[in-house]
Amino acid sequence: MQDQTTGLDFEYRYGFSMPEKHVYKAQKGLSEHIVRTISKIKGEPEWMRAFRLKAYKIFCEKPMPDWGADLSRINFGEIYYYIKPTEKQVSSWEDLPREIKETYDRIGIPQAEKNFLAGVSAQYESEVVYESIQKELEKQGVVFCDMDTGLKKYPQIVREYFGTLIPPHDNKFAALNSSVWSGGSFVYVPKGANVKLPLQAYFRINAERFGQFERTLIIAEEGSSVHYVEGCTAPVYAADSLHAAVVEIFVKKNARVRYTTVQNWSTNVYNLVTKRARADEDAIMEWIDCNIGSQVTMKYPSVYLYGKGARGEVLSMAFAGRNQHQDAGAKMFHFAPNTSSRIISKSVSKDGGRTSYRGLVMVRPGAKNSNVFVSCDALILDEKSRSDTYPYMKIKESNTAVQHEATVEKLGDEKLFYLASRGIKRPDAETLLVNGFIEPVAREIPLEYSIEMNRLIQLEMTGSVG
Amino acid sequence: MLTIKNLSVSAQNKKILEDITYTFKKNKIYAVMGPNASGKSSLAFSIMGHPVYKISSKSEIIFKRRKINGLEPYKRAERGLFLSFQSPLPLSGVTVLQLLQVALSKKLDVLAMRKKAKQVAKELHMPEDLLSRSLNDGTSGGEKKKLEILQAVLLDRDLMIFDEIDTGVDVDALKTIATFLKKNRKGKTYILITHYNRILRYLKPDEVLVLGDGKLVKTGKHTLADKIEKAGYEMLNSKRKTIFRQAQDPERS
Ligand SMILES: Nc1ncnc2c1ncn2[C@@H]1O[C@H](COP(=O)(O)OP(=O)(O)O)[C@@H](O)[C@H]1O
Ligand SMILES: [Mg+2]
Repeated sequence: MQDQTTGLDFEYRYGFSMPEKHVYKAQKGLSEHIVRTISKIKGEPEWMRAFRLKAYKIFCEKPMPDWGADLSRINFGEIYYYIKPTEKQVSSWEDLPREIKETYDRIGIPQAEKNFLAGVSAQYESEVVYESIQKELEKQGVVFCDMDTGLKKYPQIVREYFGTLIPPHDNKFAALNSSVWSGGSFVYVPKGANVKLPLQAYFRINAERFGQFERTLIIAEEGSSVHYVEGCTAPVYAADSLHAAVVEIFVKKNARVRYTTVQNWSTNVYNLVTKRARADEDAIMEWIDCNIGSQVTMKYPSVYLYGKGARGEVLSMAFAGRNQHQDAGAKMFHFAPNTSSRIISKSVSKDGGRTSYRGLVMVRPGAKNSNVFVSCDALILDEKSRSDTYPYMKIKESNTAVQHEATVEKLGDEKLFYLASRGIKRPDAETLLVNGFIEPVAREIPLEYSIEMNRLIQLEMTGSVG
Repeated sequence: MLTIKNLSVSAQNKKILEDITYTFKKNKIYAVMGPNASGKSSLAFSIMGHPVYKISSKSEIIFKRRKINGLEPYKRAERGLFLSFQSPLPLSGVTVLQLLQVALSKKLDVLAMRKKAKQVAKELHMPEDLLSRSLNDGTSGGEKKKLEILQAVLLDRDLMIFDEIDTGVDVDALKTIATFLKKNRKGKTYILITHYNRILRYLKPDEVLVLGDGKLVKTGKHTLADKIEKAGYEMLNSKRKTIFRQAQDPERS
């Protein structure tokens, strides 16, 4: 038990990386040639190659977003845009190369799998190399595979939805992802299917100066339900790394999708992710988004409430330590009557870290009887740290109930003294209070992840896992 | 067990306690009484080491034969002190079980701790779900005090200060609390801070200390508590004030 804890401690603090072993490695930097090469290696249909090339043009033309975090240090020319770690995908654990297995052992996939997982799809560098889908999923007709396989096996479905919710011109990083995307998950849940256990994917960046551009597409047909969980840990490197993912989710009538992220990028990563869901009539979309780590995160999961009675929810938690900026939030667009949205954001800043809540709620004319609830709480642990909120509301329908709450709290000496009188020393007391503060979000994520997250917080707070 | 010598305390440049000297002995029950704002809570906070309460250089707090003036509060707790708060603070998202798990991580394994906590909750007539709710958050006055007692018992310190454990508590709860404390007093020193002697009927103090205006104005046996109940604090007040004036005002003397 003790040994295991120490091991965890070491890994989280210093990260770990396995020797790189590649069959193919692209050059640094991006060009039309590289985009073509990626598409060619993957053996993609013509329309996808055209999509990539168009997206590449848009990427080149679009300026960097200047309204959020500082992105000036990203050097697109210093990034590898595609690395293929092993030739073919393997279907069983035993077939994996040893160092990949070791990496996964450390982040605990086999153990997690034992813990009654429905399926595991793990991404090693830019390609999904390990994936096991349990029999139940197949019986239900549920598809859970990596995006490249999805494109090969279900080209019609992919073509119908891919890039329609987040088109390349949405923002510079969506355009970048659209041109060089690789890996990510493809999930298709047929009508009426309820996937009982969460679908889990582990992601890991493991190459210096290597950007990861996974692309996820989830389609939940009428009356179906699914919970998708992504957890990320990353090794620490000196050079800056870029993670620009795109996630598109379609929640059909009466369907329900929950997407949970527990993320801990290493502190050199730029994490710029576009996540959007469309909820049809009486559908429910829930984003649960926990951001620890990274250098800069810009992420605003959004829900387009298209159908009557649709419900959208974002529960987010961000922790910013030294030299970190977590610019996170949510966007809700009410297009139909009786739609409701709920945003709950909790952020913690420490050691000069900075958190920003940035949210947009828009209620279009005619979205009568809609309900909006926004609550953002910030906890600031010391004088050096900072927190801001940018809550934008564009309510164009008068018949709307809007509730907005915001609090900023400093970790109080009185509470710390109360805990000290129980024999609890300061770092442990702070950890308790911080974990208590984020509890409304933490209680929504699966147990093994919330334990993991509590550990990460403890590590951030005390420098060790006790 | 605990000796305070010439204890003078100020907070935010305001003098709060003045020159208090007293020794608390093992296995005894003490009552600290006094009107509002006489410095009872400040005395408790100072003993526990609250950073806001600055103690003068002449003051000494000696606990288990060691001077603890500069000792951090959590270390005082580890050495055997416990303070039950007059107004326990709400800790949102933190349950008493989580708190105890951290506080007792070196002493008691989690399962044993939970088992004991449940048992104590039962004895105190507390609903068990209070143990896994946010501590002191939306909890009634009586329940808050019971949760303080529960922590006191699980932490198992040697000297426990209960600051107004009887305030905001109904008759039944008071009886439960007092009976429980009585049952568990073996080997413990209790300091009960209180306005009234309601609780002292169940828990008979060996010594009664009365504070007034930041000073220790009188000590006595439990009969002193009865006298105060009958005559009020004024009976002490009038006399003390004259003494105070004479000593303070050189022109008059
Ligand atoms: N932190 C503080 N800062 C300034 N004054 C304080 C502080 N704590 C207590 N006092 C003052 O000290 C006096 C004694 O307070 P307290 O110890 O709470 O009395 P009691 O518990 O007997 O009612 C009061 O006048 C109170 O206003
Ligand atoms: Mg008091």
